[in-house]
Amino acid sequence: MASSSLPADAHGDATRRDFLMVASGAMAAVGTIATAWPFINNLNPAADTLALSSIEVSVKAIAVGQAVTVKWRGKPVFIRHRTATEIKEAEDVKLSDLPDPETDNARVTDTAKKVRPEWLIVVGVCTHLGCVPLGTKPGDPRGEYGGWFCPCHGSQYDTSGRIRKGPAPKNLVVPDYLFTTDTLVKIG
Amino acid sequence: MAPSHGAPPVFNNKLIAWIDHRLPIFTYIEKEYHTFPTPRNFNYFWNFGAIATVMLVLMIATGVVLAMNYTPNADLAFASVERIMRDVPSGWLIRYLHMTGASFFFAAVYIHVFRGLYYGSYKAPRELLWILGVIILLLMMATAFMGYVLPWGQMSFWGATVITNLFSAIPVIGDSIVTWLWGGFAIDNPTLNRFFALHYLLPFIIVAVVALHVVALHVHGSNNPLGIDPKGPQDTVPFHPYYTMKDGFGVTVFLIVYAGFVFFAPDALGNADNYIPANPLVTPNHIVPEWYLLPFYAILRAIPDKLGGVICMFGSIGLLFILPWLDTSRVRSCAFRPVYKWFVFLLAINMVLLGWCGANPPEGFFVPLARVCTAYYFFHFIVLLPILGKIERPLPLPPSIAEAVLKRKAG
Amino acid sequence: MPKKPIRKQALASVAAIAALCVGWAAVAAEDEPSLPSRHWGFQGPFGTYDRAAAQRGFQVYKDVCSACHSLNMLYYRNLTELGLTQDQVKGIAAEIQVPDINDDGQPIDRPARPSDHFKKPFPNELAAAAANNGKAPPDLSVIVKAREGGPDYIQALLAGYVPFDKLTPEQIKAASVTKDDNYNTYFPGHRIAMPPPLADDKVQYVDGTKATLGQEVSDVIEFLAWASEPHLEDRNRTGVRVILFLLAMAGLMYAVKRQVWADKH
Repeated sequence: MASSSLPADAHGDATRRDFLMVASGAMAAVGTIATAWPFINNLNPAADTLALSSIEVSVKAIAVGQAVTVKWRGKPVFIRHRTATEIKEAEDVKLSDLPDPETDNARVTDTAKKVRPEWLIVVGVCTHLGCVPLGTKPGDPRGEYGGWFCPCHGSQYDTSGRIRKGPAPKNLVVPDYLFTTDTLVKIG
Repeated sequence: MAPSHGAPPVFNNKLIAWIDHRLPIFTYIEKEYHTFPTPRNFNYFWNFGAIATVMLVLMIATGVVLAMNYTPNADLAFASVERIMRDVPSGWLIRYLHMTGASFFFAAVYIHVFRGLYYGSYKAPRELLWILGVIILLLMMATAFMGYVLPWGQMSFWGATVITNLFSAIPVIGDSIVTWLWGGFAIDNPTLNRFFALHYLLPFIIVAVVALHVVALHVHGSNNPLGIDPKGPQDTVPFHPYYTMKDGFGVTVFLIVYAGFVFFAPDALGNADNYIPANPLVTPNHIVPEWYLLPFYAILRAIPDKLGGVICMFGSIGLLFILPWLDTSRVRSCAFRPVYKWFVFLLAINMVLLGWCGANPPEGFFVPLARVCTAYYFFHFIVLLPILGKIERPLPLPPSIAEAVLKRKAG
Repeated sequence: MPKKPIRKQALASVAAIAALCVGWAAVAAEDEPSLPSRHWGFQGPFGTYDRAAAQRGFQVYKDVCSACHSLNMLYYRNLTELGLTQDQVKGIAAEIQVPDINDDGQPIDRPARPSDHFKKPFPNELAAAAANNGKAPPDLSVIVKAREGGPDYIQALLAGYVPFDKLTPEQIKAASVTKDDNYNTYFPGHRIAMPPPLADDKVQYVDGTKATLGQEVSDVIEFLAWASEPHLEDRNRTGVRVILFLLAMAGLMYAVKRQVWADKH
């Protein structure tokens, strides 16, 4: 932008004017950003959404060999009470056989670093394109590896929820969870 | 007013030059908002157009963000507003900005209108500019009326009931029109839903009319406190930096007052009854609109006949459309109209008195007062303006703006 | 050629309008006894909530008011803003049974969680009215903002009951009150559906404060004021910063404006 011409004796004035222009421009910029922030922050999750960001589930009623589905942050979460066979199967798998190598032990550790192999908690969303795999309800197909089977494109998960066959790239996600008592788990 | 530069501007920045060659926005900005010759003798009343524009942008920004969390359903609306106040991050701030912003938008526009009345800015060749402004005012009133219904408080519901019921005064088709407006047999969910849709739409129509308003302004340039046309470059200054900086200062001062209300008295301009959820079975003791609609509410109630009241209320604004032709004075600015200037102040006081009447129940001395003030309003425009313009002896006009400014500097 | 033409007249008009506004305020107050007003700690630009008082006020609400008055807009988790810990809030919520549906879709009652809304004393408005002589007790979430006079009105109301035998014959005639009505000095019309809710020692304060009527009223209002406007302190703090910034900005812009106009004035 062309600036207005300066009077002849105004060299000092010109410097003062430049300083004032720069200072007020800078302050206006600060003010604009400070004003824009509440508008942008407004789109962040609200307090009522955040209050539901973790749930507490009682697992007392889930018998050995049974699994349930709960809703957490709008998504299904599978909680399976694994049998001894299922645990052994999961622990015996060679890491080199896994498309997404991960030990079973790492997948059944809560945020307090306590390992409970009998409880597998995974987010029930196939890591391929987001369908809900089958295998939680009795009578559901579980695929060749005894875990879960995704009907959309045939991904198959084992008894640790790890991907074994099919287009899914990653294991079923294990959310942060904490057993506050032996029968009460806080997810998220 | 021809621009003082004849040649189009040249841009050193290659990107800006590339864009400008294909879509001359930068040339436009340079011509209309940088070098644009503007009378050098503006007073601070001339800030209020810019202030009103800032408020319009603020209302749209806060409104869009509020709409992300508001639910336009009669059972959920009140609670959704409270959710915005409590749970949504910075929701309380956005809501208070929007709520108080409506009041300050109207305040700025009313001062802007007063400037127009006092300095004759509506007179030739700016008649269409003025008419566009009146259209903006009407759109603002419609937007504000519908917006006030959205929180679904007692005043939202009952204010809407009273005002929509007015249309039943129209002979023959009145009742059908009211049912059509309501989408039902009373103000209810269908009404709320359509008011929300229209409240979201109208501000963008206001933006379009404001654009036309500014384009019309730039054809002949701004009026000024002396009401005489600039005669050459000695009478004008380039818009930037003279008025960009002065407007910046004025906007900042206005924002201080605005912030004072937003942060320390957000409910001072409102009505406590609107924090009571709407109840169709219980009428509040006093139904009143927001302060900026009170004068027109008073005019409505001043006329004993229902249809007469409706006609006078809408007529009071309709009259503004023909103001340029009601005023017969050859002189624009009240600075040189020693008699009429007092009547403009009287009109302003009259509007405040009308507002006072509107805020109170139509009992006791408010009844005759509202009638006298309503009568004066119509007298001012229909009788006083045409007659006074012809018989008043104006003061001699200065030869030019520059001479008047220099004389003031010396004197 | 008039010098500074409009300023004198503008000032005169502003003075006239200001005088009218004073008159406006005076006339707006109706022929009711004038509301005794006091300064509350949360009023003014530097106002804050007295958390200890608000916690006591919550106890008053829980023990007395919640039997009839809902607090629909609040969640139990909001109580942490009053200084209660997460575990205390969990405990308070867990003592309360709220309706829900089980996995078979059947209605059940279960202990409340912090993420639940405050329990409604009645399932809906009609039930609330039916249980209270035809008048549903209003929700208290924004009651302090929903009444002209705000906290002063609520204070006057809660402390403004007059027993029938203490009324003068003029008062009885003016308000058409019988001995079955509740007479309240500050309620519009004087006949209020709610019987006097508070009295000395109506609650046993957990923190040991003596529970006089005045104390209970003052505490419950602190709680209700917070309930109506939980972000007040944030608002005040931000407001001070915004106005200080704008004052500085205005000073700077004025200097710029003077500098730019120096050759033209």
